[in-house]
Amino acid sequence: MDAPGGMIDVALRLEVQDLYAAYSACLDHGALEEWPDFFTEDCVYRLVPRENFDRGLPLATLAFESRGMLKDRVYGATQTLFHQPYYQRHLVSGIRVTGIEGGAVRAEANYLVVRTRKNELSEVFNCGRYVDRIVRDAGRLRFAEKLCVFDSELIPNSIIYPV
Amino acid sequence: MNAPDREPASDLWPDPLVSRVPYRVYTDPGLYREELERFFYRGHWCYVGLEAEVPNPGDFKRTMIGERSVILVRAEDGSLAVVENHCAHRGARFCQREFGTAKRFVCPYHQWNYDLKGNLVGVPFRQGFVVEGRKVGGMPPDFDMKAHGLTRLRVQSHNGVVFASFDHGVPDLRDYLGPEVMPWYERVFDGRRLVVLGYSRQRIPGNWKLMQENIKDPYHPGLLHTWFVTFGLWRADQRSQMVLDAHGRHAAMISRRNQGGEGEATRGVASFRQNMKLHDERVLDVVPEPWWNGPTVTMLTLFPSVIVQQQVNSVSTRHIVPRGPGVFDFHWTHFGFADDTPEMTRRRLRQANLFGPAGYVSADDGEVIEMQQQGFVQDPAARTLSELGGRDVGPTDHMVTETLIRGLYRYWRGVMEV
Repeated sequence: MDAPGGMIDVALRLEVQDLYAAYSACLDHGALEEWPDFFTEDCVYRLVPRENFDRGLPLATLAFESRGMLKDRVYGATQTLFHQPYYQRHLVSGIRVTGIEGGAVRAEANYLVVRTRKNELSEVFNCGRYVDRIVRDAGRLRFAEKLCVFDSELIPNSIIYPV
Repeated sequence: MNAPDREPASDLWPDPLVSRVPYRVYTDPGLYREELERFFYRGHWCYVGLEAEVPNPGDFKRTMIGERSVILVRAEDGSLAVVENHCAHRGARFCQREFGTAKRFVCPYHQWNYDLKGNLVGVPFRQGFVVEGRKVGGMPPDFDMKAHGLTRLRVQSHNGVVFASFDHGVPDLRDYLGPEVMPWYERVFDGRRLVVLGYSRQRIPGNWKLMQENIKDPYHPGLLHTWFVTFGLWRADQRSQMVLDAHGRHAAMISRRNQGGEGEATRGVASFRQNMKLHDERVLDVVPEPWWNGPTVTMLTLFPSVIVQQQVNSVSTRHIVPRGPGVFDFHWTHFGFADDTPEMTRRRLRQANLFGPAGYVSADDGEVIEMQQQGFVQDPAARTLSELGGRDVGPTDHMVTETLIRGLYRYWRGVMEV
């Protein structure tokens, strides 16, 4: 995945953008069982309040350390956590490849998640940025690490589905 | 204490039973304002934070008591102070940072400034100003700096947890918490140094008392929360104990984990998942700690403003900040202890996946509280019914009871005079 002459390959950048688009589509279509496939087996997924991130505090709102934990979350969200159902809509912008490290791409993007509950108005649910490490794994790009650092000071009641 | 409970009738609550709470108790704006006065601003201690959040002189934390913004600060002499966050001059809520370190508090509007204990120490142009050889302006000669400090609260800390009260006549914190609940408080907070792991914050569209009730309700966890019943973290067949103080306002729910799986406590329980197996069991990598002395879970409700959680290796405080009759904010502070190994810290962080606004056994508490509030609003003439285990109030040696909720409302009716 090395970029010749310090430039980041255009094809790679498009591939990274496609990865983000597919990731959003998966969550927004409610295809949660496909969500773990966007990650490597020993991935890290963390949903972190910006306050903790900026102050170097280790607590995350969700903290997973393997694809298995992601599968457990999908089971938890769909089979065990009672909640009022809602749609998610991810608006991801400003996707930037910030570096190439060994075999991995470092990338960041802004995200905004709009929540729509049945019979309710759509509302801003969670906003922040992704700070990611992406690798080529079994023929496709996957997240080896995904940090969702959210600005939102208050979570509107609960977060059930992944961001 | 086990005698049937009778209270004087009133228009709001004509029924003498404390087990049947009128929905208006959760929706009425006038009652809510009265609750702020009688519970948050008078006669009670409210949680403001952990000493570990303000370890050094000058360190401050901005927080809330009821709807009033206050600042917890460690003064230069190492003592703790809590001052209200509005300037004595023109009322500005001068402190806008959540945490920081300061030598003085300065209001940006006219730079009135205060020492860390809230004493007014500087007023620009207090002596007037010389313009073309003539002194002009200034504060009146009888202006008394000492009479215009910040509102100072009474502060007491016990083993690292800090409480404050606008009411300087409130009884000592130890007496306030009472001898029944204190041993359970001191089981978690025995004087060890605490380490803050981080915060989670959520806004729950429900009345603030519902969160106190949620943690005074041992009936729901083994029914609502699949993880609790399936993995034996909280269910009816566990050895348990319900404790409450003499007033019925503070309580402890204490229990011991069992092996989970199918049994009497799972019969007909829709949330039980016999074949549920985790792909990655590290989230439930529970290691008993010596200080537990048996119980694997203790949940304290310290009325009105805080819950102290120990559920296996996850420990936190949960701060209730009311925002009107139908909404409150809920601030979680997860912590560990200074002598934790790195493995134990990692374990506490992993188990934090069960708790907080997205937690496997907490996210749905917020959801059902929201649904309760929706029900209250639609039918103000109706009442709740909390009569599991009887209609009386008293400690029990099991969890098949709603006695702690009844205790809360016996106390509430007394203080609110309804």
